[in-house]
Amino acid sequence: MSQEAAVFGETSPPGKSLYTPFNVIAGIILIVGFVITILRFTKGLGAVTNLDNNYPWGIWIGFDLMAGVALAAGGYVTSAAVYIFGMKRYHSAVRPAILTGFLGYALVVVALHYDVGRPWRLPYPFIMQQGTTSLLFEVAACVALYLTVLFIEFSTAPLEWLGLKRARSIVVRLTMVLTIFGVILSTLHQSSLGALFLLAPSKLHPLWYSSYLPVFFFVSSVIAGLSMVIFESTLSHRYFAHKMDETHLAEKEGVALGFGKAASLVLAGYFTIKVLGISMDNNWHLLGTGYGMWFLVELLGFIALPCFLYAVGVREKNLCLIKWTSGLTVLGIILNRLNVCLIAFNWHLPSDEKYFPHWMEIGISVFVVTAGIVVFRFIVTRMPILYEHPDYKDSH
Amino acid sequence: MSVSRRKFLGWLGAAGMGTAFGTSANAASNKHFTGYPDSMGILHDISLCVGCRSCEAACNKVNELPPPEKPFDDKSVLDKKRRTTASVHTVVNKYDNAEGTKGPVFVKTQCNHCLEPACASACFVKAFAKTKEGPVSYDPSVCVGCRYCMVACPFNIPTYEYDSAFSPRVMKCTMCHPRVIQGRLPGCVESCPKEALTFGKRDDLLRIARERIRKHPERYVDHIYGEHEMGGTSWLYLSNTSFASIGMREDLGTTAAPNLTAGALGAVPLVVGLWPVLLTGVYAMSKRKEKIAKEEEAQAVGDAVAATKAEGEEKLSAALAKAGKDKDSAIKREVKKALEEAAKAQKEEAAEAKTEEDA
Repeated sequence: MSQEAAVFGETSPPGKSLYTPFNVIAGIILIVGFVITILRFTKGLGAVTNLDNNYPWGIWIGFDLMAGVALAAGGYVTSAAVYIFGMKRYHSAVRPAILTGFLGYALVVVALHYDVGRPWRLPYPFIMQQGTTSLLFEVAACVALYLTVLFIEFSTAPLEWLGLKRARSIVVRLTMVLTIFGVILSTLHQSSLGALFLLAPSKLHPLWYSSYLPVFFFVSSVIAGLSMVIFESTLSHRYFAHKMDETHLAEKEGVALGFGKAASLVLAGYFTIKVLGISMDNNWHLLGTGYGMWFLVELLGFIALPCFLYAVGVREKNLCLIKWTSGLTVLGIILNRLNVCLIAFNWHLPSDEKYFPHWMEIGISVFVVTAGIVVFRFIVTRMPILYEHPDYKDSH
Repeated sequence: MSVSRRKFLGWLGAAGMGTAFGTSANAASNKHFTGYPDSMGILHDISLCVGCRSCEAACNKVNELPPPEKPFDDKSVLDKKRRTTASVHTVVNKYDNAEGTKGPVFVKTQCNHCLEPACASACFVKAFAKTKEGPVSYDPSVCVGCRYCMVACPFNIPTYEYDSAFSPRVMKCTMCHPRVIQGRLPGCVESCPKEALTFGKRDDLLRIARERIRKHPERYVDHIYGEHEMGGTSWLYLSNTSFASIGMREDLGTTAAPNLTAGALGAVPLVVGLWPVLLTGVYAMSKRKEKIAKEEEAQAVGDAVAATKAEGEEKLSAALAKAGKDKDSAIKREVKKALEEAAKAQKEEAAEAKTEEDA
């Protein structure tokens, strides 16, 4: 099979047509996304979005940025567990998690270029004037630095692939420093994404607005990271099992059980501080309102339920249940970010003035996710992600 | 891998670098700001406004904004509640059913020019600034277009030029900063035929407002909107009806926007300072645990080997001893057997001899 064919055809047996269902659908999405991209950058935000003066932030921020950053937390969670807490038995989960994290952050930055009015000025906060009173400055600085950290952490795989041994050994020696740096940066920006809304107590519904917002966002990012590792591993096993080495296959089950257990515990903690948040502001009476019902859906259906299901799955060693629960948890995190950023935001506005995304906004979000999957596939089918490179066995 | 001195110092250095990168923010300090001395403001006496929209027309002209869809003397636009847009910096809204009033109440809305603006606090490129003259200025030459200012503004004022592909700007009232610097009145104040707008030093305006309330307690609600709302604004409002009933939120509180995020910003040095120390400690602990586990394992293996060996030796010696014993008893047995046989043979011989004798 030639290199080019391998880009698209790795999962189908050699000699088969390039027009597999995956390739056709991904191709269509990428083409549509490309057309919307041209529209966006030639006609402006107004031509492709439903953003208005009341809703300056839409799904490109609520989903692509807020949920994207949370779901890319697997990188720092896994590398901290393995390298700092010394849980060596999860070592095979580090590389896929770092790759998912790196691609996640890279795509967040790509999506950001669509959303901000003048993307070519994105470095301005660093090179022109530093708006250090802004939590967005903290987010921007941390995301920029962390993307760099993830790139260096990820670079071992392409360096092994390309056979650059000396460069690789330098990067490997940096592992500890990078991991600690990654945890600091992640703590800061994951929490700051929530803290962004501390500035808008009059706009965000009191059930979601809390002085704990930064804590909620940070803790839930750990849950998102753990769940994404399980979720991503499930999908990888389905489509790239032939790329996994024995160690990976042998550790896979332990990773799901261990991470599922951790996720269950953190979810329990998250549930507790969410309830504490209601008590602190004495917002119990609001639970009876429409928004209160919606809040309960999130709290019970997407925090309490997955917490319970993970616990049951781990106790009964029911991997299937754990996998489905990871999907449910990921959905819950996305729901939470959309709630804070869009649904419970501007809750005073009459429903006809509320925001609903334009189909082209959804198109770009789907385009960005698809691009991520295609790049992920390109990398795992070539580089030592799901297996250890034979030249570097036992070198960690 | 063990923690060598050099490695540890290296990490310490990395932690130090991290601290150096930490952001310094006045928002997280305990400075108290009550506005620049002698800064200007505008007092809007809502009870005097007749909804003629002259201010809207003047604003449009002074700021060279695009012409409106309907002319400014068309009163039908008042039937629908409007907000500021990218081409309209100020709007007058009509409220028909305001509390305790007979006729409609008209309210002019525009940027309130907060003393400590949420937009300025939110901007990550310092495009907004509270000028010492009073207006909150905006510099489009550095604006990235993230629109966090619009999310942050409690009064829903900043707007965005969504239809511009290459040079979109945030648009809002400038309180006619260029004119104010020249000593001229803002466009809207100059055009108001009913003196519903008064321009002056904010401190003087507060005195005027209090005086009006004191003189006409039956006419005014005893509250100057903007004196303390969100830490205070340069625009001040007097009203003959409750502010809530004319679309002005009374639940904003008196906390200035920067104080809302001060705590979160203050946590940055804490995280940057504590995490490296804690994590390095955790790492050292997990390493030590691993080392001890390894040693214990080695010890256990050694013990087990020794125990097995000892047991083996014991068994061997026992076997040997047993073998020796067996041998002894076998000899004894053989001797006994031999003796018995000898005795028997003797007996038989004796018996034979006896028969021979008898015979």
